[in-house]
Amino acid sequence: MNLTTDKSTFAGLTAQEIQQIEAIIDHYEDNNAVAVEALNIVQKQRHWISDQCLCAVAELLQISRTHLESVATFDNLIYRQPVGNTVIHYCNSVTCWMLGSDRVCEHLCQRLNVQPGEVSADGEFTILPIVCLGACHHAPVALVGDDLKLALTEDSIDEILGVKHRG
Amino acid sequence: MARIEIDGELHTVQDGNNLLSTCLSLGLDLPYFCWHPALGSAGACRQCAILQYRDADDQQGHLVMACMTPVQDGMRIALTAQQARQFRRDNIELLMTNHPHYCPVCEEGGECHLQDMTLLTGHTMRRFRGQKRTHDNQYLGPFINHEMNRCIACYRCVRFYNDYAGSDDLQVFGIHNNVYFGRFEDGALQSEFSGNLVEVCPTGVFTDKTFSAHYARKWDLQTAPSVCVHCSLGCNVAPGERYGELRRIVNRYHGEVNGYLLCDRGRFGYDFVNSPKRIRKLHIAGQASCSVTMATDKFHTMLQAADGVIGIASPRASLEANFALRALVGEDNFFLGLDDSEHTLLNAIHEVMRDGGIHSPSLQEIEQADAILILGEDVTHSAPRMALSLRQAARNAAFALASKLHIQPWQDAAVRELRKQAPTPVFIASICSTRLDDIATNTWHGGPEDLARLGFAIAHNLNDAAPLPAALNEDQQALAANIARALRQAQRPLIVSGTSCSSLAVIQAAYNIARALPESAPQLAFTLPECNSLGMAIMGGKPLQQAFAAMNQGLADSVVILENDIYRRASTQQVDAFLETARHVVVIDSLQNNTTEKAALLLATATFAESEGTLVNNEGRAQRYFPVYPVTDPVRASWQWLLSVMTDSPWAHHDDLTSACAGAFPELATIVAAAPGADYTVEGCKIPRQPQRYSGRTAMHANIAVSEPGQPSDQETPFTFSMEGTTAKVPPAVLPVIWAPGWDSNQAINKFQEETGGSLRAGDPGIRLFEASGTQSWFNDIPPAFQAQPGVWKVIMLPHIFGSEELSLQSPAIAERCPAVCALLHPLDAETLAISDCDTVAIRDPSGTLIMNMPIRIEKTLPPGLLGLATGRPELQPLQSGMLVCLHKSDPLATDVSEERS
Ligand code: SF4
Ligand code: SF4
Ligand code: FES
Ligand code: FES
Repeated sequence: MNLTTDKSTFAGLTAQEIQQIEAIIDHYEDNNAVAVEALNIVQKQRHWISDQCLCAVAELLQISRTHLESVATFDNLIYRQPVGNTVIHYCNSVTCWMLGSDRVCEHLCQRLNVQPGEVSADGEFTILPIVCLGACHHAPVALVGDDLKLALTEDSIDEILGVKHRG
Repeated sequence: MARIEIDGELHTVQDGNNLLSTCLSLGLDLPYFCWHPALGSAGACRQCAILQYRDADDQQGHLVMACMTPVQDGMRIALTAQQARQFRRDNIELLMTNHPHYCPVCEEGGECHLQDMTLLTGHTMRRFRGQKRTHDNQYLGPFINHEMNRCIACYRCVRFYNDYAGSDDLQVFGIHNNVYFGRFEDGALQSEFSGNLVEVCPTGVFTDKTFSAHYARKWDLQTAPSVCVHCSLGCNVAPGERYGELRRIVNRYHGEVNGYLLCDRGRFGYDFVNSPKRIRKLHIAGQASCSVTMATDKFHTMLQAADGVIGIASPRASLEANFALRALVGEDNFFLGLDDSEHTLLNAIHEVMRDGGIHSPSLQEIEQADAILILGEDVTHSAPRMALSLRQAARNAAFALASKLHIQPWQDAAVRELRKQAPTPVFIASICSTRLDDIATNTWHGGPEDLARLGFAIAHNLNDAAPLPAALNEDQQALAANIARALRQAQRPLIVSGTSCSSLAVIQAAYNIARALPESAPQLAFTLPECNSLGMAIMGGKPLQQAFAAMNQGLADSVVILENDIYRRASTQQVDAFLETARHVVVIDSLQNNTTEKAALLLATATFAESEGTLVNNEGRAQRYFPVYPVTDPVRASWQWLLSVMTDSPWAHHDDLTSACAGAFPELATIVAAAPGADYTVEGCKIPRQPQRYSGRTAMHANIAVSEPGQPSDQETPFTFSMEGTTAKVPPAVLPVIWAPGWDSNQAINKFQEETGGSLRAGDPGIRLFEASGTQSWFNDIPPAFQAQPGVWKVIMLPHIFGSEELSLQSPAIAERCPAVCALLHPLDAETLAISDCDTVAIRDPSGTLIMNMPIRIEKTLPPGLLGLATGRPELQPLQSGMLVCLHKSDPLATDVSEERS
């Protein structure tokens, strides 16, 4: 929690990012509500949100950076630390947990030689847990990038990693 | 009223409340965390589960959260049903999985709501053997410690800090089992009310850092009821002492005044009592040592040798001490010891309160206002706790809408959602931006003259008979009409004004507005400079300048100065001349200051923590404070020093003085009843200041003598410096500590209230001295608009919560939070002077003499032509509100403020 910040970092954003965020501000009643969308815009190119970017977005939206940090750290899909090109969110809520989410995690970690939250050596992957993805009837499941992968087995995991590696 | 059945027993209870608060009001023990009477319900912790039955036949019942369930006539519930008890026990067991098991080394231990609730649910054995999550802690400034491992995620801290107190630098981060309550980065908490986290947090995450520095368990602290001395509001406090040192302040609930909350000045300002500047020895000029007898003799001889004795009173000393001084020197020689402008303002406010026919509201009443005009005050800095009340009042339109929509007022999140749809009219007209601007529907800035003119215009809009200022511009006219309309439409309009901008016209304008609203029973609240300012205005006395004149003319040759650094009240030259002319200068005070340095006889006096007295707050409420611990020789209470030289006085005790004072001033006639007198006992015993389990009494002085010394006696109050006796059933004015069996934390207060969050049983302490009566004629002395003159700036002093008050400034933690001294200037003025932020200007008097150099901060809301400076800072003593000065950019190597002084 010992974050260092540059306090006047409005300029930390690209002109394009600023323009995209400004374009959506009017869609919301309240700037606080723009928070998630704005963070997504910034994360799209950069893959994660640095302290500098966070402060810049807060300044742009004229909301408190503390509040924005609260939103950013609450949202499972906003990353406040560098992540791999593809983030694998394995579900560890109750159904997936009963049907082997621990094994999924273990296998992923072993294959990529990382712990959850770390970036694999080739910069490709990060493994993170996530709450129920609404696909309990296919448990255990994971969100790989934007794709939902169902009924995971060690083989299917290897395949996903392989495909991703190749593709 | 509703009839409900709880555990088979019928109760008649208030409608509209939630079941948790209702059960607590009935005296039942139901555990809870996220609910707080001031914050309402969140339904987040699941600790208050009870069984609710569908009807008379339902045997099964279903679990509901008591804090989220409204009382309904005819409902049947059970607190003690096995299923409910099991749920509550399991819930706490889960909360405790992440909570450390180290109460003996935790500062919250012994007054911890989590401990209380854990025992209450019967979870006394740990089964969890897993790892506990741990966190890093943050540096949160000089007031508050952070120990996140103790968090149970009840969310009270952020609800208080953000929603209730309106700050935004404390938040919750993370999600599910890994949430963190803290700041974005290390740094001092910015809220002026951060100290309340200590009591709002049910665990030891946020604890009092100043207390840590000299920690003791609650049960080892000696306490007595007291009143905050750091502003005019008179919040009730419970100071705690151990080993002759004042250790801390906690809130003492008062239903009408401070409720559950204090400001940081009030909570952390106490350390002045332990300051190295404390005067603990008597002093006679030119003598090496001085005993009590020598001092009294000297005092006596001086008085006898004197050819006229001037008494200078103190707005930070009690009515009794001031009254004793008045009796000693006589009415003709009794001077209030205020600067001239303040003297005039206080007299005007006193007259308006006494004869103006307008109600002066308590903080609780302020919270009920449905349209507010603040004229000339930055309330957060001039009367901090009031700002918190105003902030709650700003929600009243949302509460009204909620009630229309059948949303219960305690459904906190739901009502807060309505805030945007239903803004309460709050108008802030002030010198420059204020800390309440975020709740304002409109803000307007101007110099004192223009604030007054706006005020007069509002009054005229409400009633043609009120005078209209000439030459208002269109904006002002429109704003005045707009404010007048909102006030007229309100059912409980409130005007807040005060002494901050040193303007009589502002006070008179505020009165005109209130007077122009006769049908709606308006309320008029004034913020005043000090804890007994109003008391002194009531007692009355001559202005300080007349004391200077009297000395000059030889009408007197001696002076007795009571608890007053008169260098804060007039120019150095004047005070120097006054004290040098005087043949005898007797000063009675507790901390060294410029005035005590000049004393020929210096008498060390007790602070509020070691003495008794009555103070009158801004509302006109007389309240009594009591010594928490005895003073040690040769220190005495001021009133005792004064009585000791009045040989023929009929008064021996403090109660005698209180009665005599009540007898002497019709307006103070009822002050005796502010609290029971020294003869009050419970079953023949005095009230103990020490808890029953106070430890170490036989051993704490063993390093001095092994035999246990007798307890010091107390002839002056109903208390004893001991643990013998009982505190059960004593009236709230003399309740020394908030504690009930099973309820060790301050939240035990629910056992002492008529109903949760309401008034204390047997009545909230204090006696209101005024009720609205009479009417005054319209004030019509309207000042011309302020015209900035090229090359000349008008000094305006702006109060700050940290630094403007004399005593709290001597507490290291408060001193650390004092902003650096600088002068505020409008951007246009800065441009004229060719200076930018942080540049230094030379402040000169119009004749060109340098007064001091000072860094500048550009403040765009400050009107041009004004130079804004902080009130009460010793460094700024040569500058007073209203003074005209010239400014020049200083060369960068110019001496800074501190060098200038030395
Ligand atoms: S820090 Fe205290 S008040 Fe805040 S959530 Fe944790 S336990 Fe509750
Ligand atoms: S608001 Fe005034 S009386 Fe209340 S705690 Fe603060 S300084 Fe003390
Ligand atoms: S529990 Fe994994 S998808 Fe629902
Ligand atoms: S107190 Fe009722 S749920 Fe927390």
